[in-house]
Amino acid sequence: MQKLIKSIITIIFIFIIMIFYISLGKDNSYDTVNLVGKKLDSIEIQSFNNEKFVNTKSFKDNSFTLINFWASWCGPCRAEHPILMNLKESKSLILVGVNFKDKKKNAKNFLEDLGNPYGILLKDESGKKSINFGIYGIPESILLNKELVIIEKFVGPLVEEDYEKILEEIGEK
Amino acid sequence: MKNNLFFLIFVIFFTSLSAQEKSMEKNKIFKNLRCLVCQGQSISDSNSDFAQTVKLVVNDLIEEGKTEEEIYSFMAEKYGDWIIYKPQLNRQNFMLWFLPYAFLIGGGLIIFYLIRKKREKT
Repeated sequence: MQKLIKSIITIIFIFIIMIFYISLGKDNSYDTVNLVGKKLDSIEIQSFNNEKFVNTKSFKDNSFTLINFWASWCGPCRAEHPILMNLKESKSLILVGVNFKDKKKNAKNFLEDLGNPYGILLKDESGKKSINFGIYGIPESILLNKELVIIEKFVGPLVEEDYEKILEEIGEK
Repeated sequence: MKNNLFFLIFVIFFTSLSAQEKSMEKNKIFKNLRCLVCQGQSISDSNSDFAQTVKLVVNDLIEEGKTEEEIYSFMAEKYGDWIIYKPQLNRQNFMLWFLPYAFLIGGGLIIFYLIRKKREKT
């Protein structure tokens, strides 16, 4: 019996060491990439320019849709803007901009200064709608296919690497 | 007149009781949701922008009549199980739930055996 107790204690000890070893090697930085592969819910968001609401179901008309969450007060959004302007040239991709917790005047100035890459422009003044997209900071971008399934989720500003990835996903590379 | 007064007091009492219950439920949910942009803080403890927005969404969901479990499921669907402090039992984390009990029972058995053996010797 004593042998059994010793082996149980040894097994528990090895188990705990293994848990520590695996956990320490794991990347604990949180992101919402687990949304990739899931279908986007039907969400209604207000248009930027008028009181009308746009349903995400309408994105089915596009081959691919990139929903970009941005604001004029967000520095990284300014940094990723040239990439969005390049993506605007893509034939099979529609860019949807969701202006996040921003002042209309500032947002308009931002687009006038840097250019408007968005085919559809929406706004989320309270930020509540963005929770439905699993957004926790901006900029964030979500790439959808025709079936409204999330193909890629980009947390943080889009960089050249992401640009290449998007072109690859939509078959323009 | 007396009846009307009694009815008014009754309504005020139950309205305030129900409001208090609602607020307690809200706080319980806030405390069980992790602020994803903070260091070890719950939504309840944080004043971050993200926490404030999640509070508004939880308020809306409560107003819509969603239960506590439904609110956790909604949040977990959008942000993963990480957002909930008390993890829900599923295939990935069942060991987390049952191992403490297994260790407790195993440890108890070992202690029981050692005590019995010591008594037998004496």
